[in-house]
Amino acid sequence: MLDAIPPTVPKRKHRPRVMPVLLLKGDLLYKTVQFKEPKYVGDPRIAVKIFNDKGADELVLLDITATNEKRSPNFKLIEEIAGEAFMPLAYGGGIRSQDDVKRIFGLGAEKVVIATHAVESPAFVTEAARVHGSQSVAVCLDVKRDWLGRYRIVTHSGTRKTALDPAAFAKQMEEAGAGEIIVNSVDRDGTFKGYDIALTEAVASAVNIPVIACGGASGVDDLARVVKEGKASAAAAGSLFVFQRPHRAVLVTFPDEAKLRQAFD
Amino acid sequence: MIVIVDYEMGNIGSIGNMFKRLGIPATISRDPGEIGKADRLLIPGVGAFDQGMENLERLGLRGVLDQRVLGDGVPVLGICLGMQLMTRSSEEGTREGLGWIDARTVHFRAGAEEAAKGMKFPHIGWNFVTPRKPDPLIAGLPEDPRFYFVHTYKVECADPGDVLMRTWYGDIEFTAAFQRANIAGFQCHPEKSHKFGMQLFTNFAKWAGRDDGSAAVRHHA
Repeated sequence: MLDAIPPTVPKRKHRPRVMPVLLLKGDLLYKTVQFKEPKYVGDPRIAVKIFNDKGADELVLLDITATNEKRSPNFKLIEEIAGEAFMPLAYGGGIRSQDDVKRIFGLGAEKVVIATHAVESPAFVTEAARVHGSQSVAVCLDVKRDWLGRYRIVTHSGTRKTALDPAAFAKQMEEAGAGEIIVNSVDRDGTFKGYDIALTEAVASAVNIPVIACGGASGVDDLARVVKEGKASAAAAGSLFVFQRPHRAVLVTFPDEAKLRQAFD
Repeated sequence: MIVIVDYEMGNIGSIGNMFKRLGIPATISRDPGEIGKADRLLIPGVGAFDQGMENLERLGLRGVLDQRVLGDGVPVLGICLGMQLMTRSSEEGTREGLGWIDARTVHFRAGAEEAAKGMKFPHIGWNFVTPRKPDPLIAGLPEDPRFYFVHTYKVECADPGDVLMRTWYGDIEFTAAFQRANIAGFQCHPEKSHKFGMQLFTNFAKWAGRDDGSAAVRHHA
């Protein structure tokens, strides 16, 4: 029982979080390229078990069709997945009422991710944060370059444009009560071309809350780079953790702790 | 039976899920009768301090919890907000805490304004923890124990002897867990910390608290 008690508390470098993003379409997992061409990945329940075994830092589960199909989150599936996730779980997709938010927390998720509805109603973010705390509410910015090359937020799974600048909107969301911002580059999604560092840096510099970069990761070095150069607090990735290149063969995996520590050192 | 106290603050489902995975009987309840019969109590919680205290009082749980913990000496584990509620007060709110442990809950910046400059709050993420005294509750943790944290406020114990584990966020060292007699509190979330949390919950299911002659009651006067 007498584990050794060191004389002081070693100050160990904080390794930024690395989180797999899983996309739901119906009851199953898919992965897109630039928000299109959804390719079948597998059963979410099995993927979650793998990420448990591998010790992933956190999971982000996004239902990519709920909003456009105008339906509620799939509560039954969220409950099943949350029941197997012994790491923090963030859920997004089709959240449109405070009742949805409350229900999702009751099922065992730690965070809700609001995207389209945050653009439609910033007050919705405020109310969710007031009731459940800022740390439980993440806002996801899906960002695409417009024809002039400007970063602009898109909604409804990338099918609708807005005139919103991501850095300015991120600041607005922080003021509205969001606890985290996920910056998701539509242009880089599924491309393995690396994160959009400039986009991430622009958003991270605009806010004092953690920013999670997403879209384009091709390896652990990209994860470290977006933290170092893009000033992200955490790195999320989809394809990197579910596909093996070059042919996008399905392989659900997560790097081990030693490899991550080495990359972030 | 372990009773997970349901006072409408946060993700109690995930704590139940981990006990279920471990095959340890635990029930989620807000029934004072059930709490009155519990072998052990777990006070979870995510959210605001004042709301947490208000809920405990509105649901009529304050009296039975005081009795079980301070009177009967039932082992109790507080997690995150549950830990903070066990202290005397919090800078997050104006209500008095349960006061089971001689500690205060303060903002991360308190007393560390310089170090906190440029840091992001809440502190979200995994962090290594270091034990400050031996206790069966934290025995046998896998190598390099790390836990998931999500918080903006931290606990400061008046008696350094109560500190069980410490960790760092940026340049700020803080208390990750405290323990005194039958009372323990963890700032981190064992229920979301993989094998590390599983070991901790397994330990808690057998934990008798410690009769080290420093009954928490002393603080409660």
